[in-house]
Amino acid sequence: MAFNYDAYLRTNKMPTLWCWGCGDGVILKAFIRAMDKLGIDKDDMCLVSGIGCSGRFSSYVDTNTIHTTHGRTVAYATGVKLANPDKTVVCVAGDGDALAIGGNHTIHGCRRNIDITLIVINNFIYGLTNSQTSPTTPRGFWTVSQKAGNIDPTFDGCELAMAAGASFVARENVSEPRKMEKVLVAALKHKGFSYVEILSNCHINLGRKNKMGNAMANLDWIDSITLPKKKYDALPEEEKGNYLATGILKQDEEAEEYCAMYEEIKKVHQGKRAKITPDDFNKKL
Amino acid sequence: MSTREVISSGNDLAAMAAVDAGCMFFGGYPITPSSEVMHTISDLLPKVGGAAVQMEDEIGGICAAIGAGMSGVRTLTATSGPGISLKAENLGLAQMAEVPIVVINVMRGGPSTGLPTRVSQGDVAQAKNPSHGDYKSITLCAGTLAECYTETVRAFNLADRFMQPVIVLLDETLGHMHAKAILPTQEEVKKNIVPRKTFDGAPEDYKPYGVAQDEPAVLNPMFKGYRYHYTGLHHDADGFPTEEIETCRKLIDRLFRKVDAHRDEIELNEEYMLDDADILLVGYGSASLAIKEAINVLRDNGIKAGMFRPITLWPSPEERLEELGKKFDKVLVVELNQGQYYEEIQRCMGRKDIEKLTKTNGRPFSPADIIEKVKEVF
Repeated sequence: MAFNYDAYLRTNKMPTLWCWGCGDGVILKAFIRAMDKLGIDKDDMCLVSGIGCSGRFSSYVDTNTIHTTHGRTVAYATGVKLANPDKTVVCVAGDGDALAIGGNHTIHGCRRNIDITLIVINNFIYGLTNSQTSPTTPRGFWTVSQKAGNIDPTFDGCELAMAAGASFVARENVSEPRKMEKVLVAALKHKGFSYVEILSNCHINLGRKNKMGNAMANLDWIDSITLPKKKYDALPEEEKGNYLATGILKQDEEAEEYCAMYEEIKKVHQGKRAKITPDDFNKKL
Repeated sequence: MSTREVISSGNDLAAMAAVDAGCMFFGGYPITPSSEVMHTISDLLPKVGGAAVQMEDEIGGICAAIGAGMSGVRTLTATSGPGISLKAENLGLAQMAEVPIVVINVMRGGPSTGLPTRVSQGDVAQAKNPSHGDYKSITLCAGTLAECYTETVRAFNLADRFMQPVIVLLDETLGHMHAKAILPTQEEVKKNIVPRKTFDGAPEDYKPYGVAQDEPAVLNPMFKGYRYHYTGLHHDADGFPTEEIETCRKLIDRLFRKVDAHRDEIELNEEYMLDDADILLVGYGSASLAIKEAINVLRDNGIKAGMFRPITLWPSPEERLEELGKKFDKVLVVELNQGQYYEEIQRCMGRKDIEKLTKTNGRPFSPADIIEKVKEVF
């Protein structure tokens, strides 16, 4: 029997406002399948999105949804989660959203290791606002704000997330929907901050001016710059800069999760345990 | 009303008031002179099962607080002027999406970094329109230590009644003043809590923003089976983005009307020795403490002065100010800025011949400043 996506969609909001061939719809479907696989009740989830094409993601899923200001998804989600620690809280953001204007919240969400899943849809460009340079735009690419070619160095969001302390970090390619679903299932199951970057196409506002003006050409380019982690790790160091590793890049089930630690704070103030000291943490300070 | 006596500071009293009013979440960032609100509430909230988080910046502080508010709990952030500047965009989202949140601003000298440890009333104009766009602010201003408590409590009830941010203005003088205050008991506060309205019909009939044109949105707590959408975009009765002309017009019109139609529920003023007065002094916040003292001294010297003090600054007490403007020839406005509320008083009274005493050097008024000014101009 075909999978019933409608059970999780706000079908009266269809069709989406995304362009034909956009990867966002593929990600939406993979996300819904992951929700279904884990048996997450629609009432027990809060889905928070920012501004940009990815910002509309939340309005299509039939759950508790928040469309926030630009870059602030993780900050809003932190409030939702701390006030409702037993609920599933998910953020969807774009590359500009999560890594430029909202970079600080991404860093500190990772550092707190709060149990939120942040899905970053990385299409290497500000798509909705017509092709400005994003932190992930490759150098030398045409953008409307750097028509001579982008000179800004490219940001690796997964490296950032790992360095900042996220306990689950993964990257997947939108042309691998089954792998994407698996990664999302693992991320949603993980207790801690999960950073999941999905590389997606924007053949309209990245592709057309960079010699990949249809979805397939844009996806082929993404394929050409990605390698599964095992193969990536086996590359000589000097070649690694040409590729982005995909799959689960970090998974630490031991790291203390923020809401769980906050429960200990409550116990201290309620007189149920002694104060928290450095000895309570198994890692180096 | 049953009362109790406590010895505390304005900032601590505001934190205590929040928790007594049922606040369960605080998101903030350290800033002088408001940090003690965060220090105190960080101890109080976990005790009652709530949560307080120090976020990575001012923006994160209000976003986390609004997020918690969207999920259905009473929520607070506290800051000073520079923090309000940073929080402004998200205050706008809370206005647009109609999320109740209380924002305490312990005012310090500005603009910019200004005078971080010194007093000012320089954020009064900012409090009216901190964010871009059209909406109607509610701003309360504590004038005594006890009001740091009672106005914070009132702010929570108004936020839930009108489903929008309510700003409580304290200032450095009140925030750091430490003395006796007579407060309502906790039982009294709890008894008077008016929680936000909720819809309990069938989920398919729920229209969170489909309300009468002078009423706020009805936003149920999350995770209870009423799945809906919050957005800062113009939205329809269901809460989903729209650009439909009439819907957009009606939405902004309603954001104004829900406040304007119920001013009587929001307005609060104090009148001090006005009945037999010849001279009207208008002031608010901590400046009113010096004004009262000045009035007592002036009266000892045979000069009959009285004070009108708005406790709700926005929306302003238009009608009462208009009446007072007709009754009194001699009007002096006293405020710790260059005349931010003076202009509003001129507008409400419909006249320009009003005197003002202003100060922007980070120091409070002394009664002598006011006495001297009264003798000089009248």
